[in-house]
Amino acid sequence: MKKDIILAGVGGQGIISIASVIGYAALQEKMFLKQSEVHGMSVRGGDVMSNLRISHHEIASDLIPFGQADLIISVEPLESLRYLEYLSPDTGWLVTNLTPFNNMQHYPDIEKVMAEINKLPRHVALDADKLAKEAGSAKSANIVILGAASPFLGLPFEKFEDAIRFIFRSKEKSVIEKNLEALKLGRDFADKNI
Amino acid sequence: MKIFLFLLRYIHTIIMANKLLLLGDEAIALGALDAGLSGIYAYPGTPSTEITEYVQNSETAKEKNIHCSWSTNEKTAMEAALGMSYAGKRAMVCMKHVGLNVAADPFINSAITGANGGLIVVSADDPSMHSSQNEQDSRFYGKFAMVPILEPSNQQEAYDMVRYGFDFSEKYQIPVLLRITTRMAHSRSGVVRGECREQNTLHLPTDLRQFVLLPAIARKRYIKLLESHQRFIEESETSQFNMYHEGPDKSMGILVAGIALNYLMENFPDRVVPYPFLKIGQYPMPRQMVEKLVEECDEVLILEEGYPVIEELIRGYIPGKKKIRGRFDGTIPRTGELNPNILAVALGLPNTKGLSIPDLMVGRPPQLCSGCPHIDSYLALNEVLEALPKGRVFSDIGCYTLGALKPYEAINSCVDMGASITMAKGAADAGFVPSVAVIGDSTFTHSGITGLLDAVNDKSPVTVIILDNATTAMTGGQDSAGTGRIEGICKGVGVEEAHIRVIRPLKKYHAENVIIMREELNYNGVSVIIPRRECIVSVDKRMRIKFKTKQ
Ligand SMILES: Cc1ncc(C[n+]2csc(CCOP(=O)(O)OP(=O)(O)O)c2C)c(N)n1
Ligand code: SF4
Repeated sequence: MKKDIILAGVGGQGIISIASVIGYAALQEKMFLKQSEVHGMSVRGGDVMSNLRISHHEIASDLIPFGQADLIISVEPLESLRYLEYLSPDTGWLVTNLTPFNNMQHYPDIEKVMAEINKLPRHVALDADKLAKEAGSAKSANIVILGAASPFLGLPFEKFEDAIRFIFRSKEKSVIEKNLEALKLGRDFADKNI
Repeated sequence: MKIFLFLLRYIHTIIMANKLLLLGDEAIALGALDAGLSGIYAYPGTPSTEITEYVQNSETAKEKNIHCSWSTNEKTAMEAALGMSYAGKRAMVCMKHVGLNVAADPFINSAITGANGGLIVVSADDPSMHSSQNEQDSRFYGKFAMVPILEPSNQQEAYDMVRYGFDFSEKYQIPVLLRITTRMAHSRSGVVRGECREQNTLHLPTDLRQFVLLPAIARKRYIKLLESHQRFIEESETSQFNMYHEGPDKSMGILVAGIALNYLMENFPDRVVPYPFLKIGQYPMPRQMVEKLVEECDEVLILEEGYPVIEELIRGYIPGKKKIRGRFDGTIPRTGELNPNILAVALGLPNTKGLSIPDLMVGRPPQLCSGCPHIDSYLALNEVLEALPKGRVFSDIGCYTLGALKPYEAINSCVDMGASITMAKGAADAGFVPSVAVIGDSTFTHSGITGLLDAVNDKSPVTVIILDNATTAMTGGQDSAGTGRIEGICKGVGVEEAHIRVIRPLKKYHAENVIIMREELNYNGVSVIIPRRECIVSVDKRMRIKFKTKQ
């Protein structure tokens, strides 16, 4: 099994945490992993993206070739469209948050952004911020998104739960529980809407 | 606590099936720790910063008393490391590519003095300029200094090359340059650790005049360097990092360096390349291997990240018989980072394509955090300068460079660290008054102090605004060398005390700050204004740590 994933968002939205959870789950399955990210300037509210590749066979390139990504996971709707040239036109899925992060002079009309997302044959779009609040942790929108992406990652759902328990192991029990709930709410949404 | 940490590390190792998942930067740091490092010297700079931070956060470094605090700039870092090498211990210097410009003087001369304890200089290049002013290629410096260069193609090699580099450095008494690029620095993959070895004991060079570069000695040392260079080429011929791979299809031969190897392999899903190829990870170039490839193949494709350094070498000036393809003939774009698709096209393989990006897409440039102290400084400065013709604010490199963008558009230059003060001085010398410099506290101590001294000595009419946010924010909030001592430094350099003004960059003091700035701008001499308020990201980080330790 091999999955090439683009993670997208705005600096500070927690895409690296998503990568850590998927990465941990993949390593538990004895998979190979390569993850490339851009640090530096982008943390000041600029766009950020990460290439995450997991595979049972050794991985060559740190970067995913255009048109080869199985999945784009985005914590922000406009950002979900920024990397479409990486998405496989035949099989690729796009999973995105619907809550815009508007820190720009000219954020495009959100209706038009939505229209572009809806044009894609395979996508899951959800209000992760709302679901995160329902889970009791407004900061866990990224984990909700991960939950919604989990059906496409080729790993059993429990593996992501285990990974969250591990990654957040130094946090209070309630934090872990809220994140597990966030993960589940995202997953439930995806299951109902694919 | 210690046992807990040990357990954590233990679990960590197991889950990765004996492999640690490390960034290229982290692999270099761990490689150095395991190879008996005694000190790391660095000034932060993307994408090199995480090397030093890894050592700073490591328990081993604390236990073994390994030097790892930040240096004031890359030149001081390079020289301190050379001193540690003189004393017989292993030292590493880390910087981003432009840092090597700052450290160039000691770096070039260290090739003449040579090393004693193992000395590695890590320079991290940034092709595509993800967060830099240019995309210069550090291999030029390595070649210029005539030192060996190591260039890893993956994180495991990055780890292994450090030990190899220290050994090489000690064997030939020469500093070794380790060149990485952004993608190597900031990409993670599995690394298997080697054995840990002890640090060197103190031991001085056998010839105590080795480091005295008086002309008579330097001439001899230079000849020794030229002789050693022959040995370096021989080492490259047999190095584990340079590999010749046979291939049946001789219509093309490939010369591939560093991380470009991964993109090459990506294009052959079964990982079998039909062409002969030479993988380069150690310079100077292995001449015989190159000759074999050129002789054997009809044409040669050169794949390297950064400038066409190898390509220029192979092409030379006189046209050869063989066709050489690379960045010069347009096979590969002349600028920017490589990727698997660029290589697919160069190899004549079908290119893959994804979906197209909708027309509505717009950029999301980075910007100053809301609540950032620099915002209040710029709002005041803009108000003071409103009545004057535009274009008189020389600035520098840091978070505050984002003041060039909308809505502030407050600055007119950003060239190299420290250039704000000296450029403002030069413009003032030309009669352009008032002339303003805006510089961050860390940039000021990095390279601003000497320029301020020039201005003081010439009594140049410049106003220098030192934005003191008590940290090196742009690169992630490292300690700033002059925190708490900025006024003292300015006074020491000779700025009149009456014209060193500390202000609070906050909305409620805006009117007051405008008045002070106006007064100093009207002063016909050197004045310094220090807007002082801690970076809010750094306050936030401090509070979180405090909260955590309380718990
Ligand atoms: C020679 C050189 N070394 C390092 C860097 C990387 N760098 C860019 S800005 C910066 C920090 C600036 O800190 P400061 O002046 O305090 O400004 P702040 O970001 O805190 O506003 C560093 C280290 C560089 N661009 N050039
Ligand atoms: S990190 Fe600090 S200095 Fe940089 S923009 Fe944010 S608040 Fe300002």
